[in-house]
Amino acid sequence: MDLLTMVIIAVVVILILAILVMMFNGLVVLQKRVDNAWAQIDVQLKRRADLIPNLIETVKGYAKFEKKVLTEVTKARTAMMNAKTPAKAARAENMLTSALKSVFAVAEAYPKLQASENFKALQEELATTENKIAFSRQFYNDSAMEWNTKISVIPTNIVASLAGMKKEREYFQVAEPEKKNVKVDMSDL
Amino acid sequence: MAADFYKQIASNKKKTYLLFLAFFLMIGVMAYVFSLVIELFYGIGFVFIFSIFGILTIVFAIVSYYKSDKIVTAVSGAKEAKYGQYKQLHNIVEELCIASGLPKPKIFVINDSAINAFATGRDPNHAVVCVTTGCLTRLTRAQLQGVIAHELSHIQNYDVRTMTIATVLVGMAILMSDMIIRMFWFGGFRGSSNNKGGAQIAIVIVVAIVAAIMTPIVANLIKLSISRKREFMADASAIKMTRNPEGLATALEAISKDTELLEAANKATAHLYISNPLKGRKIMFKGMFSTHPPLDLRIKALRGQL
Repeated sequence: MDLLTMVIIAVVVILILAILVMMFNGLVVLQKRVDNAWAQIDVQLKRRADLIPNLIETVKGYAKFEKKVLTEVTKARTAMMNAKTPAKAARAENMLTSALKSVFAVAEAYPKLQASENFKALQEELATTENKIAFSRQFYNDSAMEWNTKISVIPTNIVASLAGMKKEREYFQVAEPEKKNVKVDMSDL
Repeated sequence: MAADFYKQIASNKKKTYLLFLAFFLMIGVMAYVFSLVIELFYGIGFVFIFSIFGILTIVFAIVSYYKSDKIVTAVSGAKEAKYGQYKQLHNIVEELCIASGLPKPKIFVINDSAINAFATGRDPNHAVVCVTTGCLTRLTRAQLQGVIAHELSHIQNYDVRTMTIATVLVGMAILMSDMIIRMFWFGGFRGSSNNKGGAQIAIVIVVAIVAAIMTPIVANLIKLSISRKREFMADASAIKMTRNPEGLATALEAISKDTELLEAANKATAHLYISNPLKGRKIMFKGMFSTHPPLDLRIKALRGQL
């Protein structure tokens, strides 16, 4: 082999190696992003749990406000803080969501409460927190999709199996009971 | 289906690449014609001057690109939005940053009752989003969310960079055609060492003049077409963020019914806004020369009716 051929082969080999490294790095970035996205969901859930005491305080001042509804919310929050398994946490979280909806549904009957600036600000805070929880789950799903796709398509799937990155990420699932319509209980008002 | 925003994003990306390809081809042709003319008229010195002008254009473009956020906000009279005063606006921006994975940009507000918004900045880490007070008072939360998602999409898709490159290319094309026309106007035949026939020279002259006149127009048309594709793409990316096409669609409907003119905008900044702020002014052949696609087309695309 003459010098020119050797140089060409060397360049081609280096190029291929560089491309493989870039693909591997891309996979690593995606994997970290999925991990981070999953962790961020809990951040938003905690934020909502922290807002609940404020809501109770603001609403309690309106003496005639239904005690039962407030108790439901507190119970749900406690259940969530104490939940030991992911399944229990998910159930408690569903309870909390429906309890919060009850509070706002009932509040519609109290015009003074509705008009209070504190309550309006709190409504906005809770609305944005619900949105943030939803969006963080959405972002997790989007990242999981990107990851699942990248480890399956050619040519990155070759690099992925060589590097042992074959595990697909599960999408965030909504529990079956929650898919049914949430019933707002106003029977004891 | 409104849900095929992935397809819309991909198709607009492809169209952008094709348009840039056309741009480069056109510039390549111009450069070739240019070199023929140089060979006929002048020596190599002109290429040197051309390179200087080209470099100056690029330097100017780079400076404006890096300072775009400060320049644009200063020109538009925008003020930074403090969290305490604009809580809902900050909340909405934060929500969408979570949905898209973008870092939170700086938020500015323009005091104007027209409904409009823009985004600028060279990359997501140096970005600015600006809305009018009209947006805050006249749009619902879902509509405002859609508008801001559109603006964040511009940042996410690096549209400021894309349009800066397009502007530089237009500048280069105009420079070249300008020089050709000047050479014919002021120069004379200095003769050449090659013995080219008279007919050949005449053909080159005619082609060169036609190219020189058409190039600025065609270059601008290409740039405006790129701008419109990026607008469609920003709409589709916004839906990917919010998963709520009706929010942005109804916001665009509200904008189309809005007769107020945004006073802070002018021709130089028009392309950055969500809806063409110059809509009131009379422009010839509005469609081709518009930086934005028509609002009803955008609304139809959002609802999957196109």
